[in-house]
Amino acid sequence: MAEWESVIGLEIHVQLKTRTKMFCGCEAGFGGEPNTRTCPVCLAFPGALPVPNATAVEWTIKLGHALNCRIAEHAVFHRKNYFYPDNPKGYQISQYDEPLCLDGSFVVPAEDGDSVVGIVRAHLEEDAAKTVHVGGATGRIVGAAHSNVDFNRGGTPLVEIVTRPDIRSAEQAKRFLQLLRQTIVELGISDAEMEKGTLRADANVSVRQVGETGYRTRSELKNMNSFNHIARGIDAELRRQIETWESGREVVQETLDYEVKSDTVTPRRRKEEADDYRYFPEPDLVPLAPQRDLVERLHGELPELPGARIRRFEEQYGLSYYDAEVLNGSAALAALYEQVALDGVDAKAVSNVLMNEFSATGVDPATVNGAELGKVIAARATIPREAFMRALAESGDPEFRSETYLGETLVGDRSELEPLVDRILAGNPGQVEAYRGGKEGLLGFFVGQVMKETGGKADPRIVNELLRDKLSA
Amino acid sequence: MAITREDVLHVAALAQLELSEQEIARLTEQLGDILEAVGKVSELDLSDVPPTSHPLSVVNVFRPDEPRPCLPLEDVFANAPERDGDHFRVPPTGVAEESSA
Repeated sequence: MAEWESVIGLEIHVQLKTRTKMFCGCEAGFGGEPNTRTCPVCLAFPGALPVPNATAVEWTIKLGHALNCRIAEHAVFHRKNYFYPDNPKGYQISQYDEPLCLDGSFVVPAEDGDSVVGIVRAHLEEDAAKTVHVGGATGRIVGAAHSNVDFNRGGTPLVEIVTRPDIRSAEQAKRFLQLLRQTIVELGISDAEMEKGTLRADANVSVRQVGETGYRTRSELKNMNSFNHIARGIDAELRRQIETWESGREVVQETLDYEVKSDTVTPRRRKEEADDYRYFPEPDLVPLAPQRDLVERLHGELPELPGARIRRFEEQYGLSYYDAEVLNGSAALAALYEQVALDGVDAKAVSNVLMNEFSATGVDPATVNGAELGKVIAARATIPREAFMRALAESGDPEFRSETYLGETLVGDRSELEPLVDRILAGNPGQVEAYRGGKEGLLGFFVGQVMKETGGKADPRIVNELLRDKLSA
Repeated sequence: MAITREDVLHVAALAQLELSEQEIARLTEQLGDILEAVGKVSELDLSDVPPTSHPLSVVNVFRPDEPRPCLPLEDVFANAPERDGDHFRVPPTGVAEESSA
């Protein structure tokens, strides 16, 4: 049987977190009673005219830079015509053949090297309103008694990013989206939260046999609300297509929904007409001609992006790929890491503490005084474990000072610890015998007993030494 | 470039219009006449002329990202065919919600 190769392209929608909507001054974003964030423009009252939000255009250019796109010298808004109650004008203002950003690429680092995903375009459009289906015997959409529309979301700026079909596995698609999400968040242009719908992704999926150069028929996969669902949905669709081809049938072009519960894809009810949006230039809006000095300035404002930062961490601090990726899970954690590591504390030790004990505390890294935390991490071998853990848990406190914890010293005096060790060994003859019989894992049990007795203040290095000496005696 | 009966039916369906036989015949002829008139332009050699999407030479008209007052609800719903509390009530949409087409 020939080997199959996955061919995946993504279409991502990102809701910008501008204060106002794309074409009117209504407040954007969550909150507000239904339909209270509306005006003649976003309700499509006759005669109302749209005016583009300058910030939304600038942020889209910024995102275009982050995606290594060419920023068009001339871009145009188009009308995309369709009837649906979430779209009061009867068309969505979008971009068609002259988008703002085009021909980019996005580098996704991984353990085994970088992969590069081509970006076809990133364009600006407006979001649709929210429709809520009400009534109906089963509560399902079909058979609903009626639908209700809330136009608060209608007209919110939305960037659509389209990738080339360069992605070769569901896992790679997931990793691409996670890194893209983080990049967008760090640009400060969107919260990009899938569960809130401020980041949405559809996948175009097809398969071909290894060696084939053309593409086979693809399907479009929608309705996936988390990174994991996207990966699982793509996998389910890849399986279905391979099965279809192998049984001698043909994959047909269609739009599918991923159903989480059954882990299968189901075709959407076919629209009566194939997509025929009759795009034409929006006569109510003049073209965009981003000035080159603005385009340059926005490029200069880009922060170091997470993909590049992962590679720098590997090199500069000698970290493994895995560590560099985890530490770059948020800009704040990465910044805290650098603050501590650059202070001269062992880079690998800082990485371990931040990824494990510190992350487990749930403290927001943005609130931590890195210099003080660094002193605690540097002293971690000489202070009681309990004090160390307490320091991490309290490191987000504005009053957090390392001295509070550094004063608590370990009991490292052999003469003080020896009687205690003797007592514990005498009190657990069964375990002592088992240890001597080969169950060396029991050492941890004895160490634990000593720690319990000393309230965690015994120096574990000395305790280990004493125990080994006495148990092998 | 004549327009066919099928073209008219297709466009009518997209516009959600129901046409009588008489209207179909009339519109097929009229739309054909319009296309023919506009088609005159293509008799010219325009290979050096960039497409005009807008009649104005103005570009870059923007609005600062500053909130402005919205409409009071009574004005929002003044022309609504049907209202359900603070929502516009519409016929059941029947298909899964479009996630921004």
